[in-house]
Amino acid sequence: MTSLDYTIDPPITTRAVTPAEIDSAIAAPLDRFPSKRWWIAFGVTSTMLAGGLATIAYMLYEGIGLLGFNQPVAWAFDITNFVFWVGIGHAGTLISAILFLMRQRWRNAIARFAEAMTIFAVLCAAIFVTVAHLGRPWLAGYLFPYPNQHALWVNFISPLVWDVFAVNTYLTVSLVFWYLGLIPDLATLRDRTTNAVKKLVYSVLSLGWRFSNRHWSHYERMYLILAGFATPLVLSVHTIVSFDFAVSVNPGWHTTIFPPYFVAGAVFSGFAMVQNVLIIVRKMFKLEHIITMKHLENMNKVMLLTGSMVGYAYAMEMFVAWYSGSQFERFVFLNRALGPYAWAYWTMVSCNVVFVQLFWFKRLRLSIPIMFAVGVLVNVGMWFERYVIIVTTLSRDFLPSSWGHFSPTIFDFGIMMLGFGLFFTLVLLFVRFLPSIAMAEIKAVMDGAQAKH
Amino acid sequence: MSTSSPLYAITALFDSPDAVLHAAEETAKAGYTKFDVHTPYPVHGMDHAMRLKTSRIGIFAFVFGSLGVLSAVALITWVALHEYPLVIGGKPFWAWPAFVPVSFELTVLLASVLSTVTMIVFYFKFPNNAHPLHDTPYMKAVSSDKFGIAIQANDPKFDEKSVREFLKSVHGSAIEPVAYDVEDLDHGQQLLDARFLAVLAVVMFVVASGTYFTLNYAMYLPPFDFMMEQNKLKAQKPSELFRDGKGMRPPVEGTIARGFIPYAFHGKADEAGKMLVNPLLATAPVIDRGKAKYLTFCSPCHGNFGAGDSRLRGQFPNPPTLNSDKVRNWSDGSIFHVITDGQNVMPSYASQISRDDRWAIVHYIRVLQRAQNAKEADLR
Repeated sequence: MTSLDYTIDPPITTRAVTPAEIDSAIAAPLDRFPSKRWWIAFGVTSTMLAGGLATIAYMLYEGIGLLGFNQPVAWAFDITNFVFWVGIGHAGTLISAILFLMRQRWRNAIARFAEAMTIFAVLCAAIFVTVAHLGRPWLAGYLFPYPNQHALWVNFISPLVWDVFAVNTYLTVSLVFWYLGLIPDLATLRDRTTNAVKKLVYSVLSLGWRFSNRHWSHYERMYLILAGFATPLVLSVHTIVSFDFAVSVNPGWHTTIFPPYFVAGAVFSGFAMVQNVLIIVRKMFKLEHIITMKHLENMNKVMLLTGSMVGYAYAMEMFVAWYSGSQFERFVFLNRALGPYAWAYWTMVSCNVVFVQLFWFKRLRLSIPIMFAVGVLVNVGMWFERYVIIVTTLSRDFLPSSWGHFSPTIFDFGIMMLGFGLFFTLVLLFVRFLPSIAMAEIKAVMDGAQAKH
Repeated sequence: MSTSSPLYAITALFDSPDAVLHAAEETAKAGYTKFDVHTPYPVHGMDHAMRLKTSRIGIFAFVFGSLGVLSAVALITWVALHEYPLVIGGKPFWAWPAFVPVSFELTVLLASVLSTVTMIVFYFKFPNNAHPLHDTPYMKAVSSDKFGIAIQANDPKFDEKSVREFLKSVHGSAIEPVAYDVEDLDHGQQLLDARFLAVLAVVMFVVASGTYFTLNYAMYLPPFDFMMEQNKLKAQKPSELFRDGKGMRPPVEGTIARGFIPYAFHGKADEAGKMLVNPLLATAPVIDRGKAKYLTFCSPCHGNFGAGDSRLRGQFPNPPTLNSDKVRNWSDGSIFHVITDGQNVMPSYASQISRDDRWAIVHYIRVLQRAQNAKEADLR
């Protein structure tokens, strides 16, 4: 069998720990009553979630006229949020699948967390597109091809239908991948706990896992296969999201650079989000010896790389708009930089391209306040990137007579808050109820974990 | 642990991956086949030590992935070419590059989900929380930081004493027997368990009442009823907007329905017979059309062959035969006039049968007349 080589260099934990210590450190937040800080955080996020849900319920009752979008800007906050959240998810799969295939063993400490964030982010994205953007979510069934009494089928040539398949597949496969990884840890928790209710729940969820090597043998192979499938999948998802724009003929959207540019941007914003949340979690749960500075530094390096790719894409878009000779393309890009949404464009450029260059310096790369601030700015910038792409193009298309202007209403912001409320509430529940670090995977890569001969 | 329970296995614990790897090699070398190694994480080289074959789970991923791509291409092709072809800028219906994204996603979806389910359900036989190893000190040790070997009692070479000695010889500690839980073994027919049936009944009730409520009440509440109340006037509904209080507007005086041509010969049978000419040619489709209409509208009284043999059993006066010399000598226009205007007790059929169909019936009546009065020459 092609056994996986688990030897790593340098050691992934900062000091020698035993497997039992790993279990206690990771399972501790699940065993004790949540701290005051957790409750405060949970109170804030669940209030945001409740506010967002109330807004969306009101919107469903009154209709989408409450929101700011209208012709010609028919895609605005909802699609911006959708693309933003799908992008956040991409870092999780990159860490869990692509770095796994590349034998980057340091990823074991953060893979579980990143995968969970993928699932939560894709859930947020799905809510934005199926509830907020559709406006009548109970009709969402028509997005799927099924034999119905209207003899109606979806248009398989439409990128919007590709999106339905891509996002749903991504959510499902991420869930399977995440759950498969959770099974051994749930079994460990099952054997640790003394609480009868928890024992029942963990027993059911762990399916009766026995740590048998006859199972590990298939399990590891399956994990490798899933990583192999998830890798092209994650690239396809944001590629297809970019097709929503690139397959249309609007100036500023109809470019071939969109798929790689979107994927790089997705990984960029996703890593910023993972880095931000992990900084808080490792502090909150005292996991600094497991999620080390090395992890944070590596994530910052990935952000530097993908941020530079995004910067290259911005420059190349400008160049190609000029080089194309198309007056509409030239106008759209000049309009982005100098027109009514110039403030959004320059926010995007400075947050995404300029600030991240600080990570060239090792001292700044290792400074937690600076990396946290840059991570937040990157997410602000990446949100504005989608906003700029959508709104500047739609508000200024070929015909000046059909130009318009978009300005959001308070309900747009309420629904945007739903995304952050839902995401962070789920993250807090996750760190409270499930092992946020893959115990079995960490134990397998510690010093002395594998036989020496 | 009761001694009367049947023995499942003898277990031993080890402290390091090296020790358990060595012990597993020795166990396989000693000829045991039904044994298992339990480790908190996969230990590199253990498959080789246990002499396990390479996992073939990848074959399922390939099969399910192929199923995914084939079913996606089949569905899309059927929809795009046969069931719901869409004209998009005159592009080909089978636009295969545009089918790639959905086919790819379905390939990944089926391959990942179905092969994982296959592994869990058919390889691991999960979920199974009734295995004898569960809740033993052995399991609690290997789920954290110990490594263990369990040699099963159903191994052909199994002998309790020699297995204990063997495990001791490979430096195993905490050598313990693990027995089956008698309750787990003797659980009988679980499908008919009263508790299971009760859960099933509750689930059925909840699903059925939830569906009933959704379909019969919830969908009529706002906002789901957005299509029901519309600011428009429906036919036959009253309206205060118009003086006559009706929502529906009467047509302007002298309005004629589309395709309607007034009949100029009402009550003028002789003129109709002289002036009207059959506009249709006696072609096979026209005669077939006439036959269909004749059998529907005429035959109940006139009979299937125009002989006047009514099927109405005297509830309505029988008409005379259409095959008589009198009717045969009528012009087409006269027959058309009778169908259009009625004659004696026969009512007008103008409202049921369109003009062209009436002329087609005339042709068919001619066919019947000739058939009923066939000459020698017609039979040749």
